[in-house]
This record gives sequence, structure tokens and C-alpha cells, in this order.
Amino acid sequence: MDRTFFMPLILTEEQAMLRDSARAFLAEQAPVSQLRALRDSADPDGFSHTLWQGFAEMGFTGVLVPESHGGLGLGPVEAGVVMDGIGHQLCASPLLASSLVAVTALRQAGSAAQQQHWLPLLASAQAIATLAVDEGRKHTAQQFSTRATPQGEGWQLDGAKTLVLDGHVADVLIVAARVGDDPARTGLFLVSPQTPGVTVERTVMVDAHNAARVQLDAVQLGADAVLGTVEAGGPALAAALNVGRAAVAAELLGLADEVFDRTVQYLKDRRQFGKRIGEFQALQHRAAHLYTELQISHAASLKAQQALERDVTGATDAVALAKARAGQTATLAVQEAVQMHGGMGMTDALELGFFMKRARVLQELWGDSHFHLDALAQRQGY
Amino acid sequence: MSTVTADTTAQLAEFRRETRAWLQAHCPAEMRQPMTSEDDVCWGGRHAQFSSPAQRQWLQVMAAQGWTVPTWPQAYGGAGLNAEQAQILAQEMRALGCRSPLNSFGIWMLGPALLQFGTEDQKREHLPPIARGEIRWCQGYSEPNAGSDLASLATRAEDRGDHFIVNGQKIWTSYANHADWIFCLVRTDAAHKHTGISFVLFDMASPGVSTQPIVLISGKSPFCETFFDNVRVEKRNLVGPQGGGWDVAKYLLGHERAMIGSIGDREAAKPIGQQAADALGLDASGRLRDPLLRAQLAQFACDEAAFRLAMQRAADLGRAQQAHPAMPSMLKYYGAELNKRRWELMMAIGGSDALEWESDRSGHGHVARTWLRTKANSIEGGTSEVQLNVIAKRILELPNV
Repeated sequence: MDRTFFMPLILTEEQAMLRDSARAFLAEQAPVSQLRALRDSADPDGFSHTLWQGFAEMGFTGVLVPESHGGLGLGPVEAGVVMDGIGHQLCASPLLASSLVAVTALRQAGSAAQQQHWLPLLASAQAIATLAVDEGRKHTAQQFSTRATPQGEGWQLDGAKTLVLDGHVADVLIVAARVGDDPARTGLFLVSPQTPGVTVERTVMVDAHNAARVQLDAVQLGADAVLGTVEAGGPALAAALNVGRAAVAAELLGLADEVFDRTVQYLKDRRQFGKRIGEFQALQHRAAHLYTELQISHAASLKAQQALERDVTGATDAVALAKARAGQTATLAVQEAVQMHGGMGMTDALELGFFMKRARVLQELWGDSHFHLDALAQRQGY
Repeated sequence: MSTVTADTTAQLAEFRRETRAWLQAHCPAEMRQPMTSEDDVCWGGRHAQFSSPAQRQWLQVMAAQGWTVPTWPQAYGGAGLNAEQAQILAQEMRALGCRSPLNSFGIWMLGPALLQFGTEDQKREHLPPIARGEIRWCQGYSEPNAGSDLASLATRAEDRGDHFIVNGQKIWTSYANHADWIFCLVRTDAAHKHTGISFVLFDMASPGVSTQPIVLISGKSPFCETFFDNVRVEKRNLVGPQGGGWDVAKYLLGHERAMIGSIGDREAAKPIGQQAADALGLDASGRLRDPLLRAQLAQFACDEAAFRLAMQRAADLGRAQQAHPAMPSMLKYYGAELNKRRWELMMAIGGSDALEWESDRSGHGHVARTWLRTKANSIEGGTSEVQLNVIAKRILELPNV
């Protein structure tokens, strides 16, 4: 890690103000009950269009888009602040997939014309873009079976993708594919879901957030389908995944904080055996331990955001640390939350279950803790 | 804490120049080498044994500058530096590799207590000899029956008018067998637990004082048992009011916890994963052969890196005045547990080589002794269980029983 990087590990005043206004907005516009309603009504789009437009008006959808393309021109710390707020309320929306990850891929690899076309649409929530990366049940390093074969002036895409966030509502898929025989050579391809050969199967997930499987059968694309150049694909994907992982870490910790706060309050309210259960030392110690883990993971998360701000391609270790820690801490937090709420914690009526389910998906997304710990160890030479 | 006015940038730059020049002129070359053994540490005292003329000289010139205690007022042997100047001095010393001229519980613990609670006479009597390294102090707090529950201490001080008569026993007194004076918590009122405690000072050479070193599971240690058999303590050596000793102790405990919490922060020469790779070798895929050990190392490295960031963040929050005052408890808790994990892993990496206890090859059992010594990290300075209690009560505001 960069030893000369001495920015204080705290939010600036502006970032703290954004955090407060984002939290207030989200608590009012998109409490957890909204996710419950989307789930119970089997909403076909899986998110509230009203909320999505509200995100655009607040500037969230343009947080990473340069001002010249209609965005706020802010960075990963501001994105993290918004994601933290989303974690507290479990707001389902295409923000992560489209506004953060897809935008990053476009900014890193897209040609001037591609950026000119897509960034304003994404920033204003007029279009949704999403990455199609994973191919099996576990996230792996860039080694794709999905192939892009040159076909005349254009390309043919063949393969299958899993866990494509917001895949069934996206206007454009950014598909990662191997180009040629070198497994390390990755290109990113802009694919309209309407293209013949593209099949998008919406998968209803445990966390009631959008995801899809995408099948690509002899999909014919023009020469301009490549995002920028083939050579730009690998680094752009790496940058986009890092931005996504850092954002996921922020959402995980916002979620963990929310269930922790609710649990501590429950310890103070719930009476059994003539006492508030928070008087029992066993519970006090577990709560204090969890608090400690949360504070430590928060430090790693902010560090990753700051590292990405400095260098979006060079922050891989910091991001891996944040994602690994956030996944583990959130897993502990939701586990303790359900346990300490007793029988009520197991009811669907209580909201804790939604948090536990969302945490599990986020832990899996773009590499779980094992993936990132292993990657860190490999890069450390053991 | 600035004293009078904040210095300008130009004044501070000038101070840095002067400081650097003085250090270069006065710090002996030998005192710029890293310390390699216990002998390199200078504790001072009436019976001080300097490992070399250079070590004695370094103490003397720094004491004359007031730089053994740079932020103390000049009247008490310090240099009256403000916070920025003190930081500059520390930076310049670090840059030149200058050793600390003096280790002293008098500086770290008693000094702050006297500055806060002492009378003018007490400050003038005791602080300058501390600053000059002439008097070496030890701390008399814990007793065999008063550890975590320190306030239940029973060493009795009977009020005899102009003096006390002290009877009892202390334990875990570091370097008591080398100390000249002791600052001690004693019970002046058996009827009231906290308000019956007083903070007194007395000479370890007083009749009735004896010490016994304690051998730990890790071998020799600086810890001692200290016995008091009708020891006379003059009333003028009472610090703070009679019955006000617990307030003094609480004030000092904050300092001690902050010190021990930095245990987990010592940066190893090589990351532990690389140490394992060097010692145990890698398989064809470039990974340690033992996947379970590898996983534990990876988890430890992750938690340690995150903990360092949390320490940095706590310091940044402190400077921005956003830190919770009970933060040190959180850091001490996690840092101590982390250190124990580190040395469990070091033993695993060391295998049977690390099991040697006395050979030169094993550095006189360095790895095994350190592994054992770290088991105290979660006990000393407030046990992990006590730290969790503090977090639960003061930060989470969970109810008292």
C-alpha cells in the first residue's frame, strides 16, 4: 500500500453533510417497508421508478459521472456515503450496477463517442446499464468462458453469465468476454438485451433485489460494440469491479450498523427474568465485541474509498481488505441480531430477516471474504 | 496543549532547525544506533548502571536541555515546549535515530499525576529528580486480592497524625527491586471502598520495605511482589486529599491503557505471511503447503491491517475532537487479542525450532518466551473482559446490573 498516503481517515465536512442528507432522504423515501412491498407484490421491475427518479434528482445516479456529462463529478467516498445510507434502509435500485459499476467501466474504457452517448443517460436515470461478469456459482479472477470471436467487421458472442444485477431491466449489458485464445485477454462488449441470441432470465433472489442469468447464443455485434478497445477491457473491468466491491463494502457496513443499532436498542427494551436483557454480561460482551469489529471494518472501508479516489486501478489490496472485512463483520452482525432478538428475530414480520438475506448476497457479490483473503495472500507471496 | 500563544510557521521552522542542529551536535553516535538489548534501555536512578559513557552523557545533556520531559514547565526540569514543538522534537529525534534518553514510570505516570494533583512543594521536590533521571520510581497498585477489582485493595495506612504506618503487599510492581521510590495506593478508610483510598509516595529504602521478583511462564520478568511491614510514610507525601486516591488512579489509568493499546501496532520486519514462506517454503502453485495455516495467516494479516487503519482513524478522530473517550478500551481489547494470535502463528511457523528454550540458535528461546509473554497482554492494563465492560457501559450505554 502507498506509504505516502496520509489523508485523515475521516469524512470531510462536505462528505458528512452528504451522509446526513442522504440518510434523511432514504429514511423518508425508501424505508425497508418499500422492499417488503416490492417483494410481496412481485413487482415486475423489482424497484420503484419513483425512487429511481428521486435518486436522479438528488444527483446519486450521477455521483461518479463527470460534470461535463451531466453528473456531480464526485468520487468513491461520496458513492460510499450514499451506499451506507442505502445499507441502512435496504433500498433496491439499479444504483450499484448502473451508476457506479457500469459508469466506471464506461469512463475507463469507453471511446469519447460511447461516453458522450451513455454517461448522460445513466447520470439522469434515463437508461440502466449493468455488467455481465460471473459465469459460475463463485466469482473467479478474470478467466472467461464467454468468447468474443471476430466475425467480419464485428464480433460474435457466445456464453452464459450469472448474477447479472438488474439484468432484466437493463437497457445495455456490458459483457466481459475472452477475445482469442489468451485467457487473460478480456474485452468488454456493449450488448442490447434485444439483440437476437440474447436471453435474459430474471432470477428471484433471496434478498428480493434484481438479478438475472444471461445466455448469449451466436450474438452478432458490430465493430463499435467493443467498449473502447479490446486492450482496455481487462483494466477497465478491474477498475469497475473495485469500485463495485468498495461500494458493496459500504452497503454491507451500513446494513450491519442498522441491525446493530436495532439490536442494542432491543437489549435495552426487552425484559425477561425481571430485568432488561441488556443487563446480562454475556450479551454485553458480545455487543461490545461486535461494536469493535464494526469500527475496525469501517476504517478499512473508508481507506479503500480514499485509495480508489487517488488511483482507481491501484487500490486492489485496499479494496480486497475492505470487502473481506465488511462481509465477515456484516455476517456476524446479522447473525447476532437475529439471535439476540430471540423468536421474534425469526419472523418475517420483523425486518431483520431482510437484512440477513441482503448481507448474504452482498458477501457473495464480486468475491466473498475467502476470495479476497486468498487474493491478498497470493499478492503477498504465500 | 499550547502554553501561551501558537507559534507561527516561521517560528516553528526555526525551532526545527535549531533542534536538528542541537541533536546533531550533542547526540553521541552510539545513541543513534537501534537498541538491541535490555542494557540499551536507560532507567536512571540512584544506583543507575550505565551501559556506556555515551549512554550517561546522552541522559545528562538531554536532561540539561529539559528534553527528557519536554512539555513539563521549566521550573520542574522540563523545557516548557508546546504540543507542536514537542512533536517537532520527536520527529527530529526519530529522523536522526536518536534513542530515548530515559525510560521512567516517573515521567509516564507519576509526573502527570503530580502536575494535576500535587502541591507546589511536591512538584518541586519530586519532578526535577525525575527529569534528571536521578530517582527511579515504581507503581504500587495491584494486590493478590485486588486485580481487576483494584478498588478493593487492602494495604492499610493507619493515620498517626503527621505520618502513616503502612502494612500490606503489592503485586506486579515492575522493577520494584531496582526502584528508589514508590507511588502507592493505600487504604486510609476501611469503611468506604472508593473514598477510603489515598495516593502516597515513599522511599523504597524505608525500613520495612522488601521485594521479591516474580518469574513468569515466559521466564524472568521485571515484575515483583512488594511487602510493607510497618513502613512510615510522611503526610507531606500524600498526593491529593486523603481519601482522594481513587481519582488520581483513574486519571492515570487512562494514560496506561493508551500505552498498552499500541502493542498490536509494532510493524514486523517482514509481513508474517512472507516469514512463513521463507521458513516453510511454497508448493508448485506458489502457496504455503499447509492450506489451514495459510488461511489463518491470511485472516490475521487482514485483521491486523484493518486494525492499523482503525488506530489511525482513532487518532484522526481524536485530533478532530470526534473520538469517544472510551476508544482506547476498544483498541486495547483488539490489539491485545491480535498480538496473541500473531505469536500463536509465529509458534506454528517456527515448529520445533521455536520450541527450544535456551540455545543461542533460538535466541535463548525468544519465540517461545514471547509467545508466552503475550498471554499477559489481554490481562494487564485492564483485562479484555473489563475492556468489553467499558465498551458496553460507556459507549453502548447498556444498563448496569
